Amino acid sequence: MEERIAQPAAVAAPPTFLRANAEAIAFVVMAVGLAVAPFFTYPLFLMQAMCFALFACAFNLLIGYVGLLSFGHALYFGWASYLAAHAAKVWGLTPELAILTGTATAAILGLVAGSLAIRRQGIYFAMITLALAQMMFFFALQAEFTGGEDGIQAVPRGYLFGLIDLRNDVAIYALVLFVFLGGFLLIYRIIHSPFGEVLKAIRENEPRAISLGYKTDRYKLIAFILSAALAGLAGSTKAIVMQLASLTDVNWPMSGEVVLMTLVGGLGTIFGPVVGAFVILAMQFKLSVVGEWVLVIQGVIFVTCVLLFRRGIVGEITARFKS
Amino acid sequence: MSADIILETEDLTKEFAGFAAVGGVDLRVRRGSIHALIGPNGAGKTTCFNLLTKFLSPTRGRIVFKGQDITAMQPADVARLGLVRSFQISAVFPHMTVLENVRIALQRLRGNSMDFWRSRAVLDQYNDRAMALIADVGLTEFTNWAAVELPYGRKRALEIATTLALDPEMLLLDEPTAGMGHEDIDRISQLIRRVAANRTVLMVEHNLSVVSDLSDTITVLTRGRVLAEGDYETVSNNPDVREAYMGVGHA
Ligand SMILES: Nc1ncnc2c1ncn2[C@@H]1O[C@H](COP(=O)(O)OP(=O)(O)O)[C@@H](O)[C@H]1O
Ligand SMILES: [Mg+2]
Repeated sequence: MEERIAQPAAVAAPPTFLRANAEAIAFVVMAVGLAVAPFFTYPLFLMQAMCFALFACAFNLLIGYVGLLSFGHALYFGWASYLAAHAAKVWGLTPELAILTGTATAAILGLVAGSLAIRRQGIYFAMITLALAQMMFFFALQAEFTGGEDGIQAVPRGYLFGLIDLRNDVAIYALVLFVFLGGFLLIYRIIHSPFGEVLKAIRENEPRAISLGYKTDRYKLIAFILSAALAGLAGSTKAIVMQLASLTDVNWPMSGEVVLMTLVGGLGTIFGPVVGAFVILAMQFKLSVVGEWVLVIQGVIFVTCVLLFRRGIVGEITARFKS
Repeated sequence: MSADIILETEDLTKEFAGFAAVGGVDLRVRRGSIHALIGPNGAGKTTCFNLLTKFLSPTRGRIVFKGQDITAMQPADVARLGLVRSFQISAVFPHMTVLENVRIALQRLRGNSMDFWRSRAVLDQYNDRAMALIADVGLTEFTNWAAVELPYGRKRALEIATTLALDPEMLLLDEPTAGMGHEDIDRISQLIRRVAANRTVLMVEHNLSVVSDLSDTITVLTRGRVLAEGDYETVSNNPDVREAYMGVGHA
């Protein structure tokens, strides 16, 4: 008999309170931290960082939990921000409806792009998502309503539900915090749902999932649409906060940046993309004095992460904590 | 086609770059039987399974399951019809627990797998059924183990439990006892006999004592073609079979 001596798996060990509730505790710390952070640093920076954090979390849902690498996620982030900005400025919609418009746009774009890409595997999948994003970038560059190089500027923040003036610093901050935490919790729920369980099975062994009768393409497509829509939610919110929608958010370096954020923070960890987004953004902020060199520094970080810290910041910490 | 034939193929052929891995196979599997597919390595047995479950598309030929032509179907739909396969290389979800592996199958059957807004806790309703299936294959003490940590024989048992969770009418098992020690082989073959009580089993198997023990019908495949068919007596006395297959020992 080749059977090895039975060794109990990690799951069998009785978890301490801290371990069992580590995620809940981390969430509370994060929520409270973000609520009091404006007393210590620039609220505008924080709001922007939360938008990017949600964007990275949405991206991570796809790469970390389905194993699909989208190389064109700026498409959903950027186009949602255009539509939200347009809806608020030209159509005069209230901010929540403008954000909804942007999110819905991203969901539809996700449906189209996802349907085209999902049947392809690995690098081909990434290439199709990139190609579609580039196509839509040129469209954004040419289209009238996007304002070309200027973007859509002076987007009114408006009145939330027609009631709350978002020019108020506390109100806008509260809205962004709410959107971020809400989006984060939704992603957490998706990952820990019956649907998320199937995603996990597909990532672990797709042929087996198919042989059990799962139409795996359909699950991947739904995950893709959810990811695109949440990226859109982030982009729309950013447009209202920054009062601007521009080519930067729809261009390919933005797609690369979200990969970087996720990788630095920890791919496939729930908090990783949040940490990654804050780290990268803070770095860009601090290093803005060195100009273009920030790109070189980012490149070095990227390579370092890939070579030395594949698990990212949060991934490394959890691994230490477990052992 | 007669009512007691659950699966039938006609001129089933798969060519890879002109080479016929499976060439003109006419197979008829009786409902409720244990049917073994044997033959030397490279005979086309796994390819046959891939064709039957639509993981490969045939170059030519027809597949009829429960009176329905499934030749053009998607693999997931074939599984939903009740024709479920296992794989030659053990197929489990490695980083999910034994319980979670079985629940994935139950969840598909009972249908709330698209619910992304609900808590995973709703899956606890399947625990009792899952535990019963796990007990059936003797894995109770491993319930909370990650599948990847299981010894090889136990992985195969888990795979069978997961497959049985779908309560399929017909089971395709690709070398269920390959690479196992005696004890595991005995356990698995008893299990196959038990689960075959109310369903059909088609299995690829190299271990001839398992084959003679379990099978009602044996089909011998060599170089993609059917060489002989019948019960163990008939097949083992067939001179062609003795020369082509038994002669070289069981590979
Ligand atoms: N995808 C494939 N492409 C090319 N040749 C293949 C493929 N799959 C199987 N074959 C060939 O078909 C023949 C039958 O293989 P297989 O069905 O795996 O045999 P068995 O399971 O009976 O050992 C072998 O010669 C194998 O090399
Ligand atoms: Mg084989």
